[in-house]
Amino acid sequence: MNLAVAEHGFLSPTGAEIAFVLIGLVVLGSALLVVTTRQVVHAALWLVVTLGGLAAEYLLLTAEFIAWVQVLIYVGAVVVLLLFGLMLTKAPIGYSEPPDSAARIPAAVVALGATATLLTVIVDAFRTAYLHLGDDTVGSTEVTGQSLFKVWVLPFEVLSVLLLAALIGAIVLSRSRSRAHSGRKD
Amino acid sequence: MNPVNYLYLSALLFTIGAAGVLLRRNAIVVFMCVELMLNACNLAFVTFGRMHDNLDGQIIAFFTMVVAACEVVVGLSIIIAIFRSRRSASVDDASLMKW
Repeated sequence: MNLAVAEHGFLSPTGAEIAFVLIGLVVLGSALLVVTTRQVVHAALWLVVTLGGLAAEYLLLTAEFIAWVQVLIYVGAVVVLLLFGLMLTKAPIGYSEPPDSAARIPAAVVALGATATLLTVIVDAFRTAYLHLGDDTVGSTEVTGQSLFKVWVLPFEVLSVLLLAALIGAIVLSRSRSRAHSGRKD
Repeated sequence: MNPVNYLYLSALLFTIGAAGVLLRRNAIVVFMCVELMLNACNLAFVTFGRMHDNLDGQIIAFFTMVVAACEVVVGLSIIIAIFRSRRSASVDDASLMKW
């Protein structure tokens, strides 16, 4: 990171930056569709586009491992879980749920305030930053694994306990109440 | 490459997710918007890690994904439990603890 905006221009049209802009537009557009579409299954499918685009952005940031984990966990698991949830709650396909009109104005105020604050801070802090993408910290699986198991072992183990707790919690929560009662009687 | 562009994308994505959480009433769509916000934070983490030339941002993003997966599992089972007792997946109907 150095102060080289002057010699590179604000948006020097390298291939990575063109790709960033195109993918970023896709990500933003599909995220807007997730929020605004009236059909919940379509929202889940647009979420796939958003998360896949973010995985591509991670690749552009040379975070390979994170990109593939994103594809595996989010696109592969989380969206499938959400679709299962939609089916289990029998959400009518094509049902148009009107947005909450009472919450519209506070939502707009909060959203615009968050945008203004974040953008002001970012512009203020990083206007002159420039990033050279070398091969020094490419987040390949090997390097990430070494960092994970050398420096971050304790949080990793805590996360495994958290996963176990979530697993048990989900099983306990999803057992039907009547079966639990009959089990107690038996 | 100007890293500030990634932070702009992250900020806008976070805002879209926040607006969705405030606007939508289907609990599962609210969940999707929470995922959008988490992903925006992940993008900011990876960008910051890239700017400072170390991998810690990517590790944190990895941890966030695992915690988000746990959150989705437990949250969905809560939503389905609420749906069983109230026959509705709308967040407005889960107002038993509202004063």
